[in-house]
Amino acid sequence: MNNPFTLFNKTILVTGASSGIGRSIAINCSQMGAKVIITGRNENRLQQTYIDLEGNGHEKVIADLTDLTQLKYMVVQLPKLDGVVSNAGIVKSLITQASEPKDVDDIFKINTFAPINLIQFLLQAKKLNRNASIVFISSISGVYCGAVGGSLYGSTKAAIDGFAKALALEVALRGIRVNTINPGMIDTNIFDDTSLSKEQFDEDVKNYPLKRYGKPGDVAYAAVYLLSDAAEWVTGSSLLIDGGYTLK
Amino acid sequence: MKEFIRNFANQFDDTDITEFESETKFRDLEEWSSLTALAILNMMGKKYNVTIKADEMKKANTIQELFNLLQSKM
Repeated sequence: MNNPFTLFNKTILVTGASSGIGRSIAINCSQMGAKVIITGRNENRLQQTYIDLEGNGHEKVIADLTDLTQLKYMVVQLPKLDGVVSNAGIVKSLITQASEPKDVDDIFKINTFAPINLIQFLLQAKKLNRNASIVFISSISGVYCGAVGGSLYGSTKAAIDGFAKALALEVALRGIRVNTINPGMIDTNIFDDTSLSKEQFDEDVKNYPLKRYGKPGDVAYAAVYLLSDAAEWVTGSSLLIDGGYTLK
Repeated sequence: MKEFIRNFANQFDDTDITEFESETKFRDLEEWSSLTALAILNMMGKKYNVTIKADEMKKANTIQELFNLLQSKM
């Protein structure tokens, strides 16, 4: 049977693949037949993702994407790509009153500048095949809603959504598609060091009509769809995946 | 400790500075909220370079107890 969601014969780059959403996306892409190139900063954890990939021919790159030299070097080494998932990012719960210019720089460097620089270099090095698919992992925060302590995080994500829309227009001529996925709270260890208590988390879960936080897989399946030919007429969209959170 | 009380009080907009003493039970303050709690956590991270989780903070009831917790992690 013809499977429109297959990623067979596609080469896909996934950034921030050592944990959480990125790890799940990388593994799911490999299970759907893709050749996956994963990046991450932590060698041990990236290796764990690498081991868990299905099939052969995958690659891993240890790189700090906020370092322009490393980023450029990585892009030059890459094969031609059919898909890019820009996922690497951090969450920082910081109220505006307590934040300083350096906090703005730090979070924008990782969440916004590095993803934009990555696309700049990929286009300049002509690493994207015709009909490639670019997926940014954004957020509901800053795009569909706000959160206390999330002014900086939300603005990094809103910037990505804005970037994606114009980029989608620019690359459409080559059949390249650009979309964002905007998840609600996903249960990953990215939240281990936030300032929410267990009770606050439990209380917050009640705000989700589907009665749970998201799982990395919820985002990964959407990424597989957007990367596949099933989504070949989908570009410039922001795919909301939030268990109904922003309905209220 | 004096400085800590000043930094603590500085996270409040409407509560008079005289209401903040080492034995003040800060959760009883009218202006206390989840937002001020986050402001205090952020303040401890910024001024003292100590990350305290909300769950840990729950153990402290007075400003003194919070200061003790902070010092134990410095």
